[in-house]
Amino acid sequence: MSSRETVLSALRRASARAVPRPEDPEPTRFDDPVSHFLEMVKAVGGAASRVRDMAALDAELASLPAWAQAKKAVSLVPGAGRSSLDLASVADPHELEGLDTAVIAGEVAVAENGAVWVPGRNLGPHRAVFVIAEHLVLVVPAVAVVSSMQEAYARIEIERPGYGLFISGPSKTADIEQALVVGAHGARSCTVFVVG
Amino acid sequence: MKASHAERAAAFASDVPHARWHDTALWFVRVKRDRAAASVPEWERLRDTASGIKAHTLSRLADYLEEFEANARKNGIQVHWARDGAEHNRIVGEILERRGVKLVAKSKSMLTEECGLNPYLEARGIEVVDTDLGERIVQLAGEPPSHIVMPAIHRKKEEIGELFHEKLGTPAGLSDPKTLTEAARQHLRRKFLGAQAGLTGVNFAIAETGGIVVVTNEGNADMGTSLPPLHVASMGVEKVIPRARDLGVFLRVLARSATGQPVSTYTTHFHGPIRGGEMHVVVVDNGRSDILARENFRRSLSCIRCGACLNTCPVYRRSGGYSYSYLIPGPIGSVLGAQRDARAHGSLPFASSLCGSCSDVCPVKIDLHHELLALREDIAARGILPFGKRVAMRFGSFVLRHPALYRAAGRAARFVLRAFPSAARLGPGGAWARQRELPAAPPRSFRDLFRAASREERP
Repeated sequence: MSSRETVLSALRRASARAVPRPEDPEPTRFDDPVSHFLEMVKAVGGAASRVRDMAALDAELASLPAWAQAKKAVSLVPGAGRSSLDLASVADPHELEGLDTAVIAGEVAVAENGAVWVPGRNLGPHRAVFVIAEHLVLVVPAVAVVSSMQEAYARIEIERPGYGLFISGPSKTADIEQALVVGAHGARSCTVFVVG
Repeated sequence: MKASHAERAAAFASDVPHARWHDTALWFVRVKRDRAAASVPEWERLRDTASGIKAHTLSRLADYLEEFEANARKNGIQVHWARDGAEHNRIVGEILERRGVKLVAKSKSMLTEECGLNPYLEARGIEVVDTDLGERIVQLAGEPPSHIVMPAIHRKKEEIGELFHEKLGTPAGLSDPKTLTEAARQHLRRKFLGAQAGLTGVNFAIAETGGIVVVTNEGNADMGTSLPPLHVASMGVEKVIPRARDLGVFLRVLARSATGQPVSTYTTHFHGPIRGGEMHVVVVDNGRSDILARENFRRSLSCIRCGACLNTCPVYRRSGGYSYSYLIPGPIGSVLGAQRDARAHGSLPFASSLCGSCSDVCPVKIDLHHELLALREDIAARGILPFGKRVAMRFGSFVLRHPALYRAAGRAARFVLRAFPSAARLGPGGAWARQRELPAAPPRSFRDLFRAASREERP
């Protein structure tokens, strides 16, 4: 018998009678999810602000040190900043080492925890772009802000296009004496703009 | 049998300032967990739901695993099955060797610790770099993790500075966590760039979509899997959940219970290999089907490895991870370890005050303290209690069954404790009293007082 069959039949023998699955609880909904979201991004170590439209975003970005001072920067958001690196010309993701800043579009934002859903299709040809960049800028439309993770999963398709993630704030660790340090392996800063 | 929990704990507790620091640091995490839980009005209903989804899944585990496998294959993920740790290691080793991998970047996985994957691969000339900062610290020190979420919580920053000086060539005398973290970032960035494969654990595998979710704060799993063309993920059979929307429930309780964060920084969903690459998932039993077959202990398979039961446990906080003989410490580790090998880990179910705090904080409502008690009974019934405990239990049981003897023993104890109070601390029976001030023994027992009072009341 193959290992697959051995494991599956051992599990079948061990399982008791079927237990029905429970109903999910109704998640709390915030009156003003956008302002709650902006607060939560700050609470998880990020920076966040709301801008009126894409033109305002472009202007804000120009004055953001993480973008303005970047030598090598990529924007994957049409209408927001101009990239100094063409990702299409990068053959191997290892060449992204040294990337200062990446601007990436999110699809859904979650007020309860400051997380932004980024589907793989928003990452360009190399998914490493969000984690290898020293600084990260995320852009989400205000209408895409929901209250809870439960609502977020009702809106997204996690299996398409094969890769996607929630990002909540900058990379961090507390592995040395529980002292919180920002900038473990991924982005040292995470700025989120809510547009609209 | 290995050294008992009490023996190892005594060694940890002998460094009083450090033991106190450990206790306080973990209690601080518990307090953060409380605050995070209180911020969600439907918290208790979320725990009920998370627990219910796990109970439902465990009752149909084989079906959900088959569904996961079929959907994962459609996504281009290669699924492998392993009966035990040795088979798991062989599968992972073959995948890596076939592609000539010499360096792998690994993110945290308690399962690979359980299987002993690192030494297995290293013996085959493959360098394994643990990339979680805490895991890298204990790897450089040649130690196992002492906590499942904070692997290096037992080490002081000065010790880590010394270790980095010795192993990474940083200047001597560093102790600032920020400076040390930056040094580790630079060191590990070079490893990430050089690795030919990324290894990860699995927090959740989704049957309905055929993908896996991996959660980190540092981004190490993301770095490890988005540069090289090969990703191998190892999961226990119990990691599967039915649907994508179940993630909405589990992710709301996981990080809040673990560290008090509203969610981890990176929650990454893998539903296929990186462009032009390969992705493998190894599904491991290694004793889990035996646990599933035991009705009283089945619920321990619901664990989502948040570590909340460790942080709240008065015994864990005061005795440290290394006082537990099993690789997962604290209440959940005691339950899992004693089931795996009751002889080797027989002292662990006794490393608990049965206060029940572990069960109260568990986000999936595992009845931990009930399981610990049931394991004690199990160990006694199998006749593998240590000699001292066995004799004491027999003696106690005999005395309690003979009322005259019980009364005589009470009289004797009251006399001895009043005449020689320090006697309580002597001998093998004195362990309990050694760190306590006992109250003065009363001159008369409750029974005597009750009798006297009853006589007075009578007309």
